[in-house]
Amino acid sequence: MASFKRSDGRKVNELRPMTAKVGVVPNADGSALFAFGDTIAIAAVYGPRLLHPQHMQDPKQATLRVNYDLLSFSVYDRKKPGPSRRSQEISKMTEYALSPVLDLKEFPSTVIDVQIYILQADAGTRTAGINAASMALAHAGLPMKNLVCSVAIGKQDTTVVADLTKEEEDFHEGEGATDFPLAKIANSDQFTLVQLDGNIATELVAEVLEMANETCAEVYEVQKKALKAGATQ
Amino acid sequence: MDISKNTFEAMKTLVEQGKRFDGRALTEYRAVEISYDVSKAAEGSARVRMGKTEVIAGVKLTLDKPYPDSPEKGNLLVSGDLLPLASPRYEVGPPKFDAIELPRLVDRVIRESHVIELDKLVVKAGEKVWTVIIDVYPLNDDGNLVDAAVLAAIAALKQAKMPGVTEAGFPDYKHRTKQAVPLAKELVPLSVTLFKLGNALFIDPTREEAEAAEVKCNFGLTKQGKKHMIHSAQKTGAKPFTQKELETAAILIGEKYDELYDKLKKVL
Repeated sequence: MASFKRSDGRKVNELRPMTAKVGVVPNADGSALFAFGDTIAIAAVYGPRLLHPQHMQDPKQATLRVNYDLLSFSVYDRKKPGPSRRSQEISKMTEYALSPVLDLKEFPSTVIDVQIYILQADAGTRTAGINAASMALAHAGLPMKNLVCSVAIGKQDTTVVADLTKEEEDFHEGEGATDFPLAKIANSDQFTLVQLDGNIATELVAEVLEMANETCAEVYEVQKKALKAGATQ
Repeated sequence: MDISKNTFEAMKTLVEQGKRFDGRALTEYRAVEISYDVSKAAEGSARVRMGKTEVIAGVKLTLDKPYPDSPEKGNLLVSGDLLPLASPRYEVGPPKFDAIELPRLVDRVIRESHVIELDKLVVKAGEKVWTVIIDVYPLNDDGNLVDAAVLAAIAALKQAKMPGVTEAGFPDYKHRTKQAVPLAKELVPLSVTLFKLGNALFIDPTREEAEAAEVKCNFGLTKQGKKHMIHSAQKTGAKPFTQKELETAAILIGEKYDELYDKLKKVL
């Protein structure tokens, strides 16, 4: 297993270089950029603000509304602008990934809009989007239990690896590639995003979760550092 | 969630004690039944009953151009809808998230398991290939739709026969061949969805239990040799799963796969 060579030479548990920055959209109440290598996501938070039309309001709590999408030129084959079933599904999964850390009951009848766009896609766009959105929510000053950290763990043949590139996602040898995007509440055992596509033995799940713990801790440090840098500007 | 707070609280207390309204154990299936031939016009079709839940699936084949990134493979398309016929909860109009998610989950279980040998569905590489279209429709939603829909889709696929081809090169649906849709025979992808309420995990919920559940995680898997392989997963719902729960889930879904497969191998 240790002899497996990744196409870009990384160690099995090595993330691509991360970039994180807050305040990238001055108009927004909070905003952030997060990149895993060539995958770049930006997120902006607007709200809490009154939700219209009125019948959609929830008098008990705020509504978290996420919109994730790829920009048309973020992928080699131009993506037709506008929501697809894929982007609608990822938006929903991102809502589920983020809402456990928010105190939505604090802001009844309002909406918290989170807009996530991918500028450049090289796999791991939903995880980069969740990391950016989590930072943007903190940057907006919303009360949060903690940050949410997200990494796609994956598999190349029988080797578990972290943060796959597009080239690695297209790996076809042996058992092929598995993409296992996860998100968790930082410093906890609570997983808020679980998705998977591919081919992985049930007995490897525990190893995947351990690698997610280890790598999410690195993501957390990068997020925290960027938020602190943003606060002193 | 459309159930009352009282029902929710009562159910939560009960499942946390390992009990259910209908007397089943938390990881016990309802009676499962498969029948075939829902429609003669389909290349293959099946009906699955899990308790009072009923889902039908139909397979149609069309001749199309391949996708540019897979010129030497046939196409797979899974669609479906939550018909207002099947539940007072469903409405006419643009699909809500549940209606988008159902066919996407069925699609991923089937596609990622590679049970359909798409490379054997090529008429002329780069120009003409068969598209396998699977449509799933619940007729009565009493919970656990995805597991039932995957089962119906697999049953319909196993029974489907290729259409003939006319002299002009179009599909001839009235003169079907005896040839089956090319499937990897050793693979039987099944879906096992785990539901969580309070600190209890359970499977095969009734509609009431499904609505009370705070989160669920769907898994698509096959058995290859002695190993269970997961091909797709998706957590839906705002409550997290703990690491321990996910580790338990990985073992439990393998056991439930075997149980479901054993029940059905005679009819599949």
